[in-house]
Amino acid sequence: MATLRFTKDHEWIRQDGDTAVIGITDYAQQQLGDIVYVELPAPGTRVECGKEAAVVESAKAASEVYAPVSGEVIAVNEAIAGDPAKVNADPMGEGWFLSVKLDDPNALDGLMDEAAYAAFVAEQG
Amino acid sequence: MRYLPLTLDDRREMLAAIGVGSIDDLFADVPSAARREGLLDLPLAQGELEVERALSRMAAKNMVAGAVPFFIGAGAYRHHMPAAVDHLIQRGEFLTSYTPYQPEMAQGTLQALFEFQTQVALVTRMDVANASLYDGATACAEAVAMAHRITRRGKAILSGALHPHYRTVCQTYAQFSGLQVEALKPTPGRADPIDIDGDTACIVVQYPDFFGELRDCSALATRCRQAGALLIVVVTEMVALGAVTPPGEMGADIVAGEGQSIGNALNFGGPYVGLFATREQHVRQMPGRLAGQTVDADGRRGWVLTLSTREQHIRREKATSNICTNSGLCALAFTIHLALLGEAGLTRLAQLNHAAACNLADRLAALPGVRLVSECFFNEFVLRLPMAAASAVAALADRGVLGGVPLSRFYPEREELADLLLVAATETATGNDIDAYEAALREVLR
Amino acid sequence: MTGWSQALRAPSMAASDTPTFTGNRGLQVEEKLIFEQDAPGRCGVDLPEPPPHNNRLGGLARCSPIGLPGLSEPQVVRHFTRLSQKNYAIDSGLYPLGSCTMKHNPRLNERLARLAGFADIHPLQPESTVQGALELIDTLAHWLKVLTGMPAVALSPAAGAHGELCGMMTIRAALSAQGDARTRILVPESAHGTNPATAASCGYAIDAIPNNARGRVDLAALKAKLGGDVAALMLTNPNTCGLFEDEIVEIAAAVHAAGAYFYCDGANFNAIVGRVRPADLGIDALHLNLHKTFSTPHGGGGPGSGPVALAAALAPFAPLPWIVHGDAGWRLVEHAEGAAAAAIGRLKGFHGQMGMFVRALAYMMSHGADGLRQVAEDAVLNANYLRVRLADALTQSYPGACMHEVLFDDRFLKDTGVATLDFAKALIDEGFHPMTMYFPLVVHGAVLIEPTETESKASLDQFADTVNALAARATAGDAASFHAAPRLTPRRRLDETGAARKPVLRWRPNAVQRDAAD
Repeated sequence: MATLRFTKDHEWIRQDGDTAVIGITDYAQQQLGDIVYVELPAPGTRVECGKEAAVVESAKAASEVYAPVSGEVIAVNEAIAGDPAKVNADPMGEGWFLSVKLDDPNALDGLMDEAAYAAFVAEQG
Repeated sequence: MRYLPLTLDDRREMLAAIGVGSIDDLFADVPSAARREGLLDLPLAQGELEVERALSRMAAKNMVAGAVPFFIGAGAYRHHMPAAVDHLIQRGEFLTSYTPYQPEMAQGTLQALFEFQTQVALVTRMDVANASLYDGATACAEAVAMAHRITRRGKAILSGALHPHYRTVCQTYAQFSGLQVEALKPTPGRADPIDIDGDTACIVVQYPDFFGELRDCSALATRCRQAGALLIVVVTEMVALGAVTPPGEMGADIVAGEGQSIGNALNFGGPYVGLFATREQHVRQMPGRLAGQTVDADGRRGWVLTLSTREQHIRREKATSNICTNSGLCALAFTIHLALLGEAGLTRLAQLNHAAACNLADRLAALPGVRLVSECFFNEFVLRLPMAAASAVAALADRGVLGGVPLSRFYPEREELADLLLVAATETATGNDIDAYEAALREVLR
Repeated sequence: MTGWSQALRAPSMAASDTPTFTGNRGLQVEEKLIFEQDAPGRCGVDLPEPPPHNNRLGGLARCSPIGLPGLSEPQVVRHFTRLSQKNYAIDSGLYPLGSCTMKHNPRLNERLARLAGFADIHPLQPESTVQGALELIDTLAHWLKVLTGMPAVALSPAAGAHGELCGMMTIRAALSAQGDARTRILVPESAHGTNPATAASCGYAIDAIPNNARGRVDLAALKAKLGGDVAALMLTNPNTCGLFEDEIVEIAAAVHAAGAYFYCDGANFNAIVGRVRPADLGIDALHLNLHKTFSTPHGGGGPGSGPVALAAALAPFAPLPWIVHGDAGWRLVEHAEGAAAAAIGRLKGFHGQMGMFVRALAYMMSHGADGLRQVAEDAVLNANYLRVRLADALTQSYPGACMHEVLFDDRFLKDTGVATLDFAKALIDEGFHPMTMYFPLVVHGAVLIEPTETESKASLDQFADTVNALAARATAGDAASFHAAPRLTPRRRLDETGAARKPVLRWRPNAVQRDAAD
């Protein structure tokens, strides 16, 4: 059973066993506008919780995607590098960014669930 | 004052509309201790006539290059400027517009920049070029910083035949960014011994080099590629590329150049125009503005500034460079001059320069005690004189000839270079100029 | 309104909908790229045959074509004239870009910069042959020193951001000389993007300071962030909200008490020139944009010039070259030796932006001490006049008087469906260049208006009437007309997303043109 969690920086993370897939939320893609460029880490490298894992850019804004957990990058979504519009169209599905092998399978414990994140976004106005 | 449209009545009316009694009320936030009530100790306003007279008097104290036999280069070159260039850049719509942030109101500037980028890419034979930087020296320093970002390596090696100002600018930039810069010894007439190791981010060479020499850098490019370093080729005389193999063809990863010699006057050193070209895969690591092609809401071709997320106004402390203002108008002058020249004109212009330099070199090297140090060159070469070059240049100037730059001006600490003189000849040097130079130098050496 | 003006208005409203055979629209002529007008062998410059010579290119003679197009002189003149007609400029009208200072560029300055004695001299001529040029630079330096109250000025920086780099490098060098390795720079949230970018390129970490409710630096927050690891504060004054930092003396004292330097971004010096000397505010280093305050033209994005005024403690670290005056006249110090031994090095090739120096000095001499003071006063008066003229329709971010520019935000557009960008594009159709948008970042949907002192009252009134009318239209619910704007420009709204997704940064032969494919 996959667990879906969210961060205050508007990343989502879906855990399945000791791996997890990471992307940006629908709210994040709306705030950025049309995404024109995505920079992804190389598979095999490490990401550290709270540190920059990827970069996402629209024509007029750039934003870092922070790793919500620490681990090793297993795969990245080359499809969004070639066609960044996928992130706008389907941020939680086809627009995923990277998957990692978790250092700590319990790393998602402190993060928000879907309802808590929805409330958090509502607060942002 | 002729530049200020407000009348006394306007000012009174406007203060009343604002609801304040006097202009001082609008400066109320200035701490009282810092308010200057009277005028600062400077001259009062003057009319056009008076200002023109005063500045013309200063201008008249200088020896004008075009009025004397003139043979100075060393990174800034005097070429004939077609009259249309200055006429066109003085059109107010170019001269007095801002950076094209509102593309619908600046298609002229943007299209010209797109043409500029294309010309620079063509002449250097690189994939892409940016919309200009301040000058060649800062372009070189930006290239070094970019190589550092791409390779994540810590050392830059600068050829000893790199323009000494460029070398110093690279060192100045690097001393605060943590990059190690290794500047090789200047050895006019001889190639650098270059060692590339695993920490080398880039090698910077100049082509033609500071001493005028032309060296093939294809082999060096191969060595760089094998070692995972980037080859940066600096060009300070773009007209040379009308005659010689372009750096892109020799395998350069970045070309940083000075575009002054096309379209821009000597101007005592500025403003000039930094050129910056690289390979497609490095575009997002480039500094400076880029114009790109797109379409408008009706599907018609148009131009915008693009990939702006690299830049400081968006990326702030993570930008590829802090540069904001570039050399737009100088880039426009470059584009207009090069449009006038075209393929045939640039080729011919380069031939004329080369011919003038070869003939001058032959004439001067035939003087007793003078030796031509350079072997292969374009329009600039080094002579060894039988006396200190600085004294010779001063004596030539006394005789109304601007005969070159003594290398001691750049390398005062290197006594072995004291007799060397760097001489340039462009298409502007007439046969009479060459005769006058030869005669004056003969007299000085006597 | 008379029937006559109604009749005039009707056709222009429909202009964009009426196709023409050529694609041209009256004075707006479509223009291909120069590369699309090529005829091989054609040339716009007549050059003679080269004389006989012994070729010395070695094996490096170019053996393939460059690919440059061949055009005649009339084609080139027409091409660039047509391009120029697609631009707006301060010569065309009001250009109220906040923080950019688009003021009139006097033509006297252009004439003087082109005097052969300034334009046709080489930077490496013997010093004895360029005494007038060195005198001019030294005279400019004198004016800048008096206007800022600071003892030294570094002239070589090529633009404002380059001046910032110069200032921050001298600060770092001065600290290093005392063995003080501080690591942090404090930068207000409202700062120009160049400030953090500059500090980062000098190897510093950046720490942002919030604004207070009055649009100024939050002094308490600043004090809390100051410490032994802070190298400098970078502050713009007047700030990017168009406000004078009224606690600047306290700010300077706090910064100095922490052992840090006070760097001031002088981009907005035009608001106070002749009335306030930055030295009297406790500032240690300040760059001046000659292309803002002192009217040198912006040229579509440059060149600029960014001299840096330095306090005595920083002066020994100023970059080369220095210009000094002695018995033998003016002299260039080009090497870090003697009195200049501590110089940070060199920031650009040669000596600085001479062409800009001539223009700026001509501007200062024309205005004189009295006129420069009037410049600041009229700039502030014009901005405040617009402030009150727009007060009802727009929402001012920080109430009260402003300096040379006035900041509004997008509250006045709330629930209209019109964004700041759309509002700006509608102004384009009215024949005005838009104001600065979305900067500073401290307010939502920023609208920053700087009229400058070279606008007449009539020009300000026309602008204010237009902005007020557009605001009324937005509030009335006509969002569609804003989204469609601009309609009357050579190109309508351009696809910036497409441009960034698939960058086309140069022309290539035989490339499929995107509009042709469509």
